[in-house]
Amino acid sequence: MSSVVSNVRPPLVTGNKTYHQITEDICSPTEQLPGTGWVLCLLCTLGLLGFGTLAVFFTVWFGIGTWNLNRTIGWGWDITNFVWWVGIGHAGTLISAILLIFRQKWRTGVNRAAEAMTIFAVICALFFPGIHMGRIWMAFFVFPYPNTRGPLWVNFNSPLLWDVFAISTYFTVSLLFWYTGLVPDFATIRDRAKGFRKRIYNFLSMGWTGSAKHWQRWESLSLILAGLATPLVLSVHTIVSFDFATSVIPGWHTTIFPPYFVAGAIFSGFAMVQTLMLITRVILKLEDYITVEHIESMNKVIVLTGSIVGVAYLTELFVAWYSGYIYEQYAFYNRAMGPYWWSYFIMMACNVISPQFFWFRSIRRSVAWTFVLSIVVNIGMWFERFVIIATTLAKDFVPSNWSYYTPSWVEVGLYLFTFGLFGTLYLIFMRVAPVVACAEIKSILKSSGDQYCGPDVAEKTGEINAGLHHDEAH
Amino acid sequence: MKRVLNKKVLFGLYDDEEVLKDAVKEINKEDADIMDVYSPFPVHGLDPLLGLSESRLHIAGFLYGMTGTTLAFGFMTWVFTANWPIIFGGKPYFSVPTFIPITFEFTVLMACVGMVVTFYLVCGLGFGVENPYLHDRITDDKFCIAFDVTNSSAEEVDALSVLLERTRAEEVHTKDI
Repeated sequence: MSSVVSNVRPPLVTGNKTYHQITEDICSPTEQLPGTGWVLCLLCTLGLLGFGTLAVFFTVWFGIGTWNLNRTIGWGWDITNFVWWVGIGHAGTLISAILLIFRQKWRTGVNRAAEAMTIFAVICALFFPGIHMGRIWMAFFVFPYPNTRGPLWVNFNSPLLWDVFAISTYFTVSLLFWYTGLVPDFATIRDRAKGFRKRIYNFLSMGWTGSAKHWQRWESLSLILAGLATPLVLSVHTIVSFDFATSVIPGWHTTIFPPYFVAGAIFSGFAMVQTLMLITRVILKLEDYITVEHIESMNKVIVLTGSIVGVAYLTELFVAWYSGYIYEQYAFYNRAMGPYWWSYFIMMACNVISPQFFWFRSIRRSVAWTFVLSIVVNIGMWFERFVIIATTLAKDFVPSNWSYYTPSWVEVGLYLFTFGLFGTLYLIFMRVAPVVACAEIKSILKSSGDQYCGPDVAEKTGEINAGLHHDEAH
Repeated sequence: MKRVLNKKVLFGLYDDEEVLKDAVKEINKEDADIMDVYSPFPVHGLDPLLGLSESRLHIAGFLYGMTGTTLAFGFMTWVFTANWPIIFGGKPYFSVPTFIPITFEFTVLMACVGMVVTFYLVCGLGFGVENPYLHDRITDDKFCIAFDVTNSSAEEVDALSVLLERTRAEEVHTKDI
């Protein structure tokens, strides 16, 4: 690594690590028995999963009549949860792809867990439109396969079908990207393991040897996958927003939706990464790899995207007024002042006001503040989707149709099911795979490790020339 | 699937990637033929020293992507203009803008899946594959230069061992793989 070392930027790997120490720190959690904290968390998520399974059973057995949807409000918690989970699923690929292209070294500390989170979140997201079909066993009808009914094809003009392609592509690409990154790290665990564990990791690591040519191809592959995943990640939530934006419903058919949804997705995704990483770094003792610098960097993304979302909310209101179109104006008046005013208020408070605290450096660097605000942001982002979906549908074109909607226990159960599923998958991931990209952290050690860079080193060695080359630092 | 190469390999382990690169330069000067270099992470600047040409994966990716574009756009066009034309909202059968999202997604899907499969195939990697490996710590913190000494005489092996030690290898071993 003869990269340029900065003595201005703070280090991203602290604790004076050696390569071997990095391996020890990151791989050892997969080699020990789980602690009580982990077991308790798993019991909680399994509890949610168990209760949720009951709700799934009810839905599949009795049909979606067990939900409180009605003729006016055809989309409720189901699609709200779907959009919310897909949004959360955006941070992982954003971190791994866009930040790789921008050469942001802090991505290496969080990319692995964020990508895992993405994959699990997308699984949870896919669950909702699936179960909303009513007859989930017919879900394969959404794919254009040759059939005996003509063949009768799916409607390629429909944004709902674009969604099928967008999300299944996103899931596949994220999974491949994540797994390709994991292969060298599984090889590291394999070479430390014995007996049955060795056989398992031998299988998972696909015979990785660390040959120079393999690394060259691996880097090339990562970069191109990142290049492809960057427009992909932007397209996915754009297409999700098309579900609404291409409709004729006042409050939905706005051209601002694609960028506003993408910003919101990144906003909520980063908030979820913060929530998870703050817990993970404590449970697995990874504070040296997921440092306050990482947390601050992510908070900067949160304040940026949160502000974009805030501007989008205000723009929507302005455009509704400026359009001179009374139905559009009423849709927004209804959101803020109608029967669901409280959800609009929660959305505004959580998404527009709360991230603004991150303008203060001390709050941006505070673990406690970050943890609380990350949860607040995700509550806010859930309400954003609820406001867009339920409040808009509640008052449609004919006042005699107007309705109000509260979820049934089954709908709540389905939401808890996805929490249980997400939590269980993440907890298992924490135990069996390196949560931090081991090989990638090693590759930035000499440019971003605290013994090589940062203001402290510059002070200690008296070398304060900017752009110090690490060869000279030796 | 265990892969056996029937080779005898002499290898030296280094502690640091900078020492490794210096060693490769030194070995190149001596005209010794390096079989391979193994490292726990990608070492930048090593490829030109080893004479490795740039990976052509991106070309493969482009071709897969173009295949995806053609397939998706062509298929939707065929379905809506020839196989089963349906009027949606009074729009023309061949409505290009609505074909764009799926064409894009399918392009990305084909390019990614194709490239990943190609990567594993050309590297000889896959679930259940057991490639011979030289040392446990190559995936941890050691950097390795390996020579194929299957057909070398004892003197040649000794000379290479001396060369590895001179270039600051911490350990030198031989192994049959």
